[in-house]
Parts: sequence; structure tokens; C-alpha cells
Amino acid sequence: MTPELKGFLLLAAVKVVVGFGGLLLAVAFVTWLERRQAGFHQDRLGPNRVGPFGLFQPIADGIKNFIKEELVPADADKFLFLMAPAMVFIPALLLFAVIPFAAPLPVSFDFELPIAGRFAYDGLMPVMVADLPVGLLFILAVSSIGVYGIVLAGWASNSKYSFLGGLRSSAQMVSYEVALGLSVISVFIIAGDVTLTGVVENQQQSIWYIFPLAFGFALFVVSALAETNRLPFDLPEAESELVFGYHTEYSAMKFAMFLLGEYAALITMSALMATLFFGGWDIPFTTWDESQPSLPKTVVTFGMFAAKTFFFVFLYIWIRWSLPRFRYDQLMALGWKVLLPAALGYLMLLAGAIWALERLGVQQGLLYGLILFVINLPAIYALFWVMDSGTLVFGQQLQRRMMNE
Amino acid sequence: MTIAVKVVRRPERSVSYLRASLKGMALTFNHLFRKKVTMQYPEETREDGWSISGRWRGTHRMLTDEQGRAKCVACGLCPQICPANCIKLVPGEDEEGHRYPLIYEIDEFRCVFCGYCQEVCPEEAIHVGVHYENAEFQRERFVYDLERLCAQTHPVSSLWDPADPRGE
Repeated sequence: MTPELKGFLLLAAVKVVVGFGGLLLAVAFVTWLERRQAGFHQDRLGPNRVGPFGLFQPIADGIKNFIKEELVPADADKFLFLMAPAMVFIPALLLFAVIPFAAPLPVSFDFELPIAGRFAYDGLMPVMVADLPVGLLFILAVSSIGVYGIVLAGWASNSKYSFLGGLRSSAQMVSYEVALGLSVISVFIIAGDVTLTGVVENQQQSIWYIFPLAFGFALFVVSALAETNRLPFDLPEAESELVFGYHTEYSAMKFAMFLLGEYAALITMSALMATLFFGGWDIPFTTWDESQPSLPKTVVTFGMFAAKTFFFVFLYIWIRWSLPRFRYDQLMALGWKVLLPAALGYLMLLAGAIWALERLGVQQGLLYGLILFVINLPAIYALFWVMDSGTLVFGQQLQRRMMNE
Repeated sequence: MTIAVKVVRRPERSVSYLRASLKGMALTFNHLFRKKVTMQYPEETREDGWSISGRWRGTHRMLTDEQGRAKCVACGLCPQICPANCIKLVPGEDEEGHRYPLIYEIDEFRCVFCGYCQEVCPEEAIHVGVHYENAEFQRERFVYDLERLCAQTHPVSSLWDPADPRGE
């Protein structure tokens, strides 16, 4: 092995440890934040006993979950029952690998260790676990694997509630993956790049994609909520009707793995929203962060990225503690009858608009983005009108009958 | 038989989803900054403007006379009426013919806190108390003997009186 290859591998190992360690720490923090914020929404205080502001609560919960008894139902499929939590947890963590969370860092080292030999690296290090050329496609692929974990958990438990939860989640996640994928394609069209580093770079040079892709962002938020099984789309869990759905039969650390996976997915989806539509680690109104990489820039841009991600995590939790759950037919109607046609129609509109703009010779940049933003406005208005009408709440048949009477 | 569905024609305002959702989210956001109602229990207790009802029925207390002896005359009414059968009473008699309890034990685990013992007591000796902090480290400690019952100092319950239903 050449010293350069060894240096690269060493750096990769460090990034894996720091990246996933940091993510797990963030997951622990978000479990605390969810309970604390829920309390504040309900005029309570939430957990505030363990450590300052209750910040060590996740540690206490972790210890509790480790020493609790692990139960496996007598008629469960043992192998799949044990596999399922891992199959939810691992993809949720893997998703984070391709998200760049700070400006690139210049790294250079050259040293020798007694047995391993010489390690050398010189150049810019992208601050992400793996700079894959397939980028976003990797995210779409791996997030689909997460469905298996939930379906298998429901099936292997051999319990009617778990089974119903698993069944619902497979239907829900398959339906909303379509809308999620299509809303991401709008980003591909405008960025012309599938890597997330490319998407971030593009946004720095022109404008944050929230403006030219406002409609796509709305679609993405709704389908991301459904993909992570959060309220108002938490039908797989549905504690009030399915007694927590697919994790009814799980206990102790296996149960905690499901929750960790869920919160990891929540953080990843928030980070994706920040990266795809809000410029990733880009600091607005300045180009300081784009010039000449250095350590302080990496630190500051990481802070920016964390703040954006935190905002979306806050939004998720806020939505969860505000809105009631959809009924199953409403969920399916929204997915197939509203979001899917809307996404397809929007892609046509966007592609047409970009084609026209290129014909007119408008350069990619601020004006380009603003023109697309104006095109988005009527589409957003139409979506709001559709979602606000009674169709979503009552279904079309009832709506028609109401009109006739 | 078909299920009859009654379709209620609602005004547009109440069938909207997004506007209603946004309104709800604005409300929950406002609640973030409201004053919290949580009472931080071990630090804040009822001295800080919160109290339990005077008719609360908690762990028992035996009243004593001027000489510090239990008022109980071992008549045996309370073990008789107790629906949970948690009172153990062995009566004794001194040389002047006064009856007194040799053993008087209440198993607070068995007790259902109905307050019948207080109601039935002719001497107003045994009472249920306005008290709720009963934690112990050993199970045996929950069988209160006579000495312990007499040593309790918490206020006694004023049971519901049909003649004075509001407790005035």
C-alpha cells in the first residue's frame, strides 16, 4: 500500500468514527429535545432532572434499556425478529454518510508509525463520511431498505397489531417514496448533478433552491414526514389504535433501536432538507465561506449546517405535537391522488420552464432562480387550494354527495 | 342492511385542512412561551399555593388523650366494619375495668382507605389522615402498630358529612 492510500484510509476511518459518533450523539439529543419541546407545547416542563436541563436523560434511558429484560414472543420468527431492529437502525445511520456537513477542510500530514509504516495525505478533505458519485441516489436506495426492517418486525412478531402496523407502513412508505423521489428529481433537473456536494456548490453560485423549487420543497416536506413515520402520518405506530404497531412486541434495547433509527432518519431528513433546499452549509449573503478553505471556515459552516438542521428538527417536532393523525384512506388519497400527480405535473412545468429559459439565454444565477420562483407561485397556490378543500378530509365521494344535496 | 351515512354540510371554514392546521400550529407555538404549570414536586410542596383536599383519606392516625394514651377503647367496631380486613385488634382490660388495645395494627397495604373506621369509631380515636408521603424501604414497615399510629402528627380527614355536603 502506498502511503497516500493508507493516509486516505486513516482519514476515512476517522471520519466514520467522528461522523457516526456525532450522529448518535445528535440522536440522543433529539430524543431529549422531543420530550422537552412536547412538554413546552403542552405547558409542561418535560424531563429536567438528570443533569443540567435534563440533558443526560438519554444516557439514563440508555442504561435503563440495556439492563431491561429482552422478551421474544414464543411464536415469533426468532431470526427475523432479531434482525428487524438492525435493519431499521443501520440504513437510518448509513443515510447520513453522503451529506456534506461543512466546508471542505485542507488536511496535510505525513508521519511514520512503527509497524504500519508511512501515512501521508495532502489536499482538501470533503467534510462528509463518503463523497459518493451517486450521492442522492444512494439515499433513495438505502432509505427504501428501512421499509424492510419495519415490515419484517411486523411480520416476525406474530401479533395482529404488529402485523397491521407493518402492512400499513409498507403501503405508506412505498406510496410516499414515489413523491419523495420525484420531488428530488426537481433538484437534479436544476442542479444537473446528483452528488450533494455538487448541489451545495450550485446553490452557492446561484440561489438557494427553496426559491426556484418552492413547490418541490413543499412536496418534499410532506413526503419526508410520511417516510419517517412521523405524525400526522404515523399510521404504522398509531399508539391509540394499534398499540404502537410494529414495535408492540419489542422490549429493552431492541425497542430502543427502533426509536434510535427513527430519530436518526428524522435528523437525516432534516439535514437533507437543509442541504437540498437551503444551501447546506452555505452562509447566506456572504461569499467568505466559499473562498480559500481553512479550519475556522469549516467550523463556522458546520455551525450553520447544524442550525439549519436543528430548525427542521424543531419543525418536525412542532408538527408532531400539533396535528392529528390522518385516516388510512386519507393518507392513500393524499399520496396517490394529490402528491403523485402534483409531482409529475411540476416536473413537466419545471422542465418546460428551464428549457424556455435556456432558449431565451438566461444564465444560471439569481435572475434565473427568481423567474422560476414566480412560476412556482401559482403551483403552490393550486396545491394549497387542493389540500385545503374538503376533499382531503372527507374523500371525493362524500364531497360529491355534499355538493348534490 | 346498509349503513346510513348522514352527511353534514359544513361551512368551508371547518372542512379546510391547511388553514386549520396552520392555525393549530400557531396556537401550539404560542404555548411554547406560556407559563408552565408543572409543580416541581419534592422542591415545591403544598406550602407554595397548592393543597390537597381536607377530605383526603390517607394513612391512619390514632388520637391520644391528655396522658398520651391512645383514645381507643378496643370496642372492636373498626375491625368489624373494615371491608379490607386490615385492622388487627386484641383487646385488653386493666384492673379498673377500662378496656384498651393490647395489639392494634393496621396493614396499610391491605387498606383501601374507605374511611369507615373513622366513621364508625365511637371515641373518635382512629382517623384517616390528610397525608400522602408514605414511602418506606421495607415491606414490614407498612404494618403500622399502635405506637406508630399515635406518633403520627398530620391533620386528620374531615369525612364527607351528608348534612354538610360542601364541607362548610
